[in-house]
Amino acid sequence: MLLWWLTGAPLVGGALLVLAGFGARSGRFAAPAGVLLGSGVLGLAVAAAVLRPAASAPLLSGIPVGLAVDGLSAVLVVTVAVVLLAVLVFAAGEPELRRPRFVGTVLVFAGAMLVTVTGTTVAPLLMAWEVMGATSWALIAYHYRDPAAVGAARTAFLTTRAADLGLYLAAGAALAGGVSTLALADLPAVGGAWVHVAAAGVVVAALGKSAQLPFSFWLSGAMRGPSPVSALLHSATMVAAGAYLLLRVAPLLDVTGWAGPLVAWVGAATAVLLGLVAVAQSDLKQLLAASTCAQIGYMVLAAGVGGVPQGALQLVAHAATKSLLFLAAGAWLVALGTRQLDGLRGAARRFPLVGATFTIGALSLAGIPPLSLWVGKDAVLAAVLERSVALYVVGLAGAVVAAVYSMKALWFVWQPAEPGEPVHEQEPAGRVAGLMAAPLVLLAVPAALTGVGALVGGPGPGAVELAVSAVLAVVAAAATWAVLSRRRGAGREPSGPARVYRGSGLLASWLGLERVARTLVARPTVALASALARFDDDVLGRAVDGSARAVVRLAGLLDRRGESAVDGVVGAVADGARTLGRWARRPQTGQLHQYLAQLSVGVAALAALALLVIVVR
Amino acid sequence: MLSLIVFWPALVGAVLLCLPARLSARLFVGVWIAAGVVDLALVVAVWLRLPRQGYGFEERLPWIPSAGISYHLGVDGLSLPLLALTAVLFLACAVFALRETRRVKSYVVLFLALQTVSSGLFAALDLILFFLFFDLSIVLMYFVIAGWGHGERARAAALKFFLYTFLGSLALLLGIIALFLAAVPHTFDIPALAAANPLAGGGLYAGLTLLALGVGLAVKTPTVPFHTWLPPAHTEAPATGSAILAGVLLKMGAYGFVRIAMPLLPAGWRQYALVVVIVGVVSVVYGALVALAQTDVKRMIAYTSINHMGYVVLGVGAAGLVAGSDVQARALATTGAVTQMVSHGLITGALFLLAGVLHERGGTYDMRAYSGLAARTPRFAALFAVAAFASLGLPGFSGFIAEFQVFTGALGAAPVPTALAVTGILVTAALFLLALQRLFLGPLRTPDAPGAPRPLPDVRVSEALAVAPLLALALVIGILPRFLLDVIEPAARGLVELVAR
Repeated sequence: MLLWWLTGAPLVGGALLVLAGFGARSGRFAAPAGVLLGSGVLGLAVAAAVLRPAASAPLLSGIPVGLAVDGLSAVLVVTVAVVLLAVLVFAAGEPELRRPRFVGTVLVFAGAMLVTVTGTTVAPLLMAWEVMGATSWALIAYHYRDPAAVGAARTAFLTTRAADLGLYLAAGAALAGGVSTLALADLPAVGGAWVHVAAAGVVVAALGKSAQLPFSFWLSGAMRGPSPVSALLHSATMVAAGAYLLLRVAPLLDVTGWAGPLVAWVGAATAVLLGLVAVAQSDLKQLLAASTCAQIGYMVLAAGVGGVPQGALQLVAHAATKSLLFLAAGAWLVALGTRQLDGLRGAARRFPLVGATFTIGALSLAGIPPLSLWVGKDAVLAAVLERSVALYVVGLAGAVVAAVYSMKALWFVWQPAEPGEPVHEQEPAGRVAGLMAAPLVLLAVPAALTGVGALVGGPGPGAVELAVSAVLAVVAAAATWAVLSRRRGAGREPSGPARVYRGSGLLASWLGLERVARTLVARPTVALASALARFDDDVLGRAVDGSARAVVRLAGLLDRRGESAVDGVVGAVADGARTLGRWARRPQTGQLHQYLAQLSVGVAALAALALLVIVVR
Repeated sequence: MLSLIVFWPALVGAVLLCLPARLSARLFVGVWIAAGVVDLALVVAVWLRLPRQGYGFEERLPWIPSAGISYHLGVDGLSLPLLALTAVLFLACAVFALRETRRVKSYVVLFLALQTVSSGLFAALDLILFFLFFDLSIVLMYFVIAGWGHGERARAAALKFFLYTFLGSLALLLGIIALFLAAVPHTFDIPALAAANPLAGGGLYAGLTLLALGVGLAVKTPTVPFHTWLPPAHTEAPATGSAILAGVLLKMGAYGFVRIAMPLLPAGWRQYALVVVIVGVVSVVYGALVALAQTDVKRMIAYTSINHMGYVVLGVGAAGLVAGSDVQARALATTGAVTQMVSHGLITGALFLLAGVLHERGGTYDMRAYSGLAARTPRFAALFAVAAFASLGLPGFSGFIAEFQVFTGALGAAPVPTALAVTGILVTAALFLLALQRLFLGPLRTPDAPGAPRPLPDVRVSEALAVAPLLALALVIGILPRFLLDVIEPAARGLVELVAR
């Protein structure tokens, strides 16, 4: 029952809020109602984490909906609930986002994530998974008058749904392979070649949702959504769902033999390459988005090598850190009207509370000890080292890159403000509301302390790994700071857009992945669609119309030719009969002697005939 | 009881026929709504007392005994959901019709007659009775499209619809007669034919019979390549006509597969199941892609119907692939196919009614003429968005329950076709997002009438009351499907056993 409440409350409550928004004159009830519901969900989540309930209900024939909270889920439900509450409180401080449509959709979205992480069978997982995708569309396109936001929302939904098709196939493969309940825990027992289909489907779906290579590009566009949406999408939900799923099915990945290494390498590659993409960004939200892909890469890496608790630790540490960073970026966006790094110079000095919390988040992201991501990442890397040195080295490289991009962001916000009128994308409010500041403080605590807590009682890494990565991170961070400052000092960084930091075009454009997807998938599909539509109209449709016309023409032809021919035969028969009749009238003269003559000729003819018969006989 | 459900609308229609046409339009529509409520209540009563196995509420009277024709009605888990769908959709159309002003008396009587014909088809257990209702539905729909459609082009589209589907029904008749001749003793009775299984040996005769039946039903369903009558018929039909055409009449074809082709020709069905699967997959992918290229909203919805009915065909085809799948998978695919019929009726019915709302406001179905309507008509936008997401198979709505069952059940027996068919849900997602974006998002733009700009009001109460229950029902089925699946599953399992024998 607890589980139904935990998942049902945000789903139903959110849907009702959206619905009520269409009926009510004013939507002022939405923000308080949302915060209230969010608090309730947090309470239920904590209760569920303690009580570890399980529930099941029949859905399809032999395929139940199973929900349960185990160790992994317990961590996740609490994380989701905390971030949800933080986001709802923050959004209550932004007038644009106090509407029922926003609050309700956020609740449905978070409810879907809760179902995803508590689902024990494929059916509820897939359902919630897709609902999350659809609500992410509604949230990214929240400012629906902005065509760019709407386009980005579509890209996000279609990209993740393309990957989701893998889960549909995985479900079918599980059934075909004999796991008729579709229980996630039984997936390694799927028989025959089907186990590979199931694993491949799950991997594709998870990589798509987690914005790993090659799907990363959708996350870039998703930045068009409001900042609280980014905070939610990028930390505890959506992208985290993919990583969570891989952690959940780590035994399945292991059974196949190929899926584990593949996933590990994709995660490691994403950690490095998207880290470099983050370095190349000049927009704070874009930088954070790319860093999300990179950090999620470590969780995916952990799933690939079977390090489930380590991956979960990284997930929690990252969720706290990243939601904090996005909310801080959002607070500045509202206050200063920009998210460009150039425009944010001096932001931390002007708003010291936001600046301080942002600094905690950025240092954690950089992997500076003793903050959370330092421990999280190293826990993963320690698990990796047991399997593969090469993967470990790539992971360390990713850690260095992480220090670079984090310090880049931090450096800008702590610079003195530029003189002159700054450029901004939206009207600056000039202040940060208290409702916005409160969640930042709330999130700064776990962003700082989760790691230390794990070192004490959790799946902590060894001292050597911790020391290696700490030294690397500190050195890289210090070097980044020094290089940036030297450039500024040397006057090589002119005022205006910071072209110097944009890096190469390929990295700045997220490796051009979106263009590739458009060229290879979207455009050919649309071209095929138009070609088929033309075929449908011009060939199939016309063939049907043509055959109908041919029937009409045939009718006309029969009318003109066939009818006259048949009629002609009838006429000829009638004419023949008339002619015969005329001939038959000729002997009827009325003259007796002529009849006598006819009679004698007839008798003679008969006599001749009789004679002939007798002779022949 | 079934006779009452079937003939009650016609009875009410006959009474209305005696009233003078100058009476208020509200009176006629009001009576229609009341009649619809009664019919729905009767269907609910039948639903509650349906036996778990076999046919319930059977009625059998000799009609033309010398030819083996009887008046035989009965419902089971395959037909009752469609009977209920018929009652729900006609009621929704009745509510929607509160705003109809043109020749309301004939309109209402025509729809009442159409409801009798549709219910009769789903309750019929005699092939000739089935065929009779099958043909009458074509005749009545012809008048709906020609009489209340959009002008001169509607009459051309109506004629095309009539001739094409009538031709299909002739093929169906041929198949029915072939079945009749094969059975000893000769009979048109469906349960008797299913028990006798006259063409159990397969062979050429069985193949040709299945071909005739299949073509006849495929035209009505419709599947590619027999679908070209559908887009013009939908585009030119009035909103309610489109909703009934898509929601109820298309189901007659699909229902024919599960009621006639599969149980009466199991050997042939097994032999040619792969052909059916391929036709289904082609319909899925082709329908989705062609829909993606449309700019006319009604044509687009029409093509998505072809896509959605393709899943039905895929599901029933997979049920015939006995080798390589177990009973659970095949029953799942069949249940999914029947669920899809119900789901498509609800969702596409709602979408067509909403397209009617759009046309009434803007005077055109061309999506390029609109933009940003969400700012002006938020409730209309919300309803359309819900219907669109339901139609693209979003979990939480009935479409997902149906399609998930079809995919999951079919993958084991037909991996490659099913994998191809799954891409259909991606293309439908793309096209519905595109449609939502074109119509409702972005800066506001409306097709201006000459002179003053259009007022473009939001959905009215009667329109919302017609559409919202359909979507609510789709939502309920999507979240709590057991009440529906408990009815369908035993029948689907029975059907799978009939096919496998």
